[in-house]
Amino acid sequence: MPRDFLKNVRREYDVIVIGSGLGGLTAANVLGRTGYRVLLLEQHYKLGGLATWFRRPGGHVFDISLHGFPFGMIKSCRRYWTREIADSIVQLKNIRFDNPVFSLTTEFNRDDFTRLLIERFAITQETVHRFFDTVRAMNFYDDQSMTNGQLFERFFPGREDVVRLLMEPITYANGSTLEDPAITYGIVFSNFMSKGVFTFQGGTDHLIHLMERELRNNGVDIAIRSEVDEIQVRGGRVCGVRVGDRTIGARAVVSNANLLATVNRLVGPEHFDRTFFNDASAVRLNNSSTQVYMALKPDDKIDESTGDLLFSSTAPAFRTDLLLDRNITSRTFSFYYPRIRPKSPPRCLIVSSTNARYEDWADLAPGEYEGSKQDLIETTLDALDRYVPNCRERIAYIEASPPRTFQRFTQHLGGSSFGTKFEGLMVSRELPKHVRGLYHAGSVGIIMSGWLGAINYGVIVANDVDAQLTAAAIG
Amino acid sequence: MTPDDIRDEILDILSTIAPDEDLSDLKDDVAFREQLELDSMDFLDIVMELRKRYRVQIPEEQYEQLASMASTVRYLEPIMKDKQRAG
Repeated sequence: MPRDFLKNVRREYDVIVIGSGLGGLTAANVLGRTGYRVLLLEQHYKLGGLATWFRRPGGHVFDISLHGFPFGMIKSCRRYWTREIADSIVQLKNIRFDNPVFSLTTEFNRDDFTRLLIERFAITQETVHRFFDTVRAMNFYDDQSMTNGQLFERFFPGREDVVRLLMEPITYANGSTLEDPAITYGIVFSNFMSKGVFTFQGGTDHLIHLMERELRNNGVDIAIRSEVDEIQVRGGRVCGVRVGDRTIGARAVVSNANLLATVNRLVGPEHFDRTFFNDASAVRLNNSSTQVYMALKPDDKIDESTGDLLFSSTAPAFRTDLLLDRNITSRTFSFYYPRIRPKSPPRCLIVSSTNARYEDWADLAPGEYEGSKQDLIETTLDALDRYVPNCRERIAYIEASPPRTFQRFTQHLGGSSFGTKFEGLMVSRELPKHVRGLYHAGSVGIIMSGWLGAINYGVIVANDVDAQLTAAAIG
Repeated sequence: MTPDDIRDEILDILSTIAPDEDLSDLKDDVAFREQLELDSMDFLDIVMELRKRYRVQIPEEQYEQLASMASTVRYLEPIMKDKQRAG
């Protein structure tokens, strides 16, 4: 008989959280800490969603998305998790750009970007300050008609090189494009590119382990390998979830699944009015990713001057279609040095990340698919050789993940690795007005994506749930 | 609770949210954001803490009432006048 992963689960809870990405984990933790009876359900056997890792023979441990997140993570982890988690966050100090137009190294903060823009790009100090102040003042309620492309044109007309410097890291972090609303860029830029970039010492597995321990300390029940088939709704309000043939009652449900899957598959169209359902159906998915994971032989070391994060490109210009093209020209290399995992055998690992379109990979025949993966590996090694000389001989293990791998792992529609586009945020926030007790906390609208955005959105939604349950208790 | 009690309580919440800030010189009529490094998550924390301690519900459209100490106390006074100090 298969193991029953729901064996110790109660018949009902105050809140059920579906999905254990950082948003789901954080919502569960905040609500558990507040005193609610919370159940966290995860379809995979590991918690963390895309905050994840995997092991391969030879003692290699690969992190998927650990490098790097903004300064604000320290505060959010201290407040919504533990001091121990916050204290393990360390800065990555060597951020490099290398493309046909410029090659430079930066500390990735406002002072250093200001210096670079003035010294290397001959922008006046006044323009740089005005740009930083303008994006910093951007607010979610501002006019949404201006695009990123228009914002850059206003401050740096005709300067593709500047756009590249200011945009490439954001594209890596959350899939933003020049066609997306400028306010989404402004908010993320001000968080991400003003106080440096950070990572978690000990690796993703250590972080998720500490989070799981804290969840249990706060009384949260956790069940892995438990895929929710249905969010049950009766009389316009949530009453529980169904996992296979098991029904579990709840007064509120927080879905950390993809927004479109939540509306379409977990709840179902019949529970929404037509206008809202149409709005929800019109939300665009964000793009997917490809990654290539490489481990150096155990005794080989990469010189740390190679950088922690390297935004590399051979494309002559920065364009959305080039970024997503299967003929890859842009790669972000994350270098993991032994200091990131001080308790593990000393290893140097490299992860190459590129944004990609799911549809380019979805329908390939098996042979073609394997061929494309091999091609991805070869072209990545070609590109890496410039930074890690003779890398082909030095690498002990290599593996590629196309969008289909992301899809299989996260169950996200279209293998989306950054949730939905901006309009998803409004739909996500409106859900409880249409089905009482139904909430969504997941990657929506760029602002709520990335590690910090996901954690903070989990808190924002936990606050909404607490408000609803408190109101019900007061009567 | 009196307006003075409410002010003390807000100071206590602020001291947990912004442990590194010196609150002794806080000016009541000047926006918190002009004196302290607070972001929108910090204001959300004030809202959550007030709900936890006093079951006070502040709807999202009223968050702007929390801009300064003076406006916060003015907004909370009628809501909290019948509440007892927690703990």
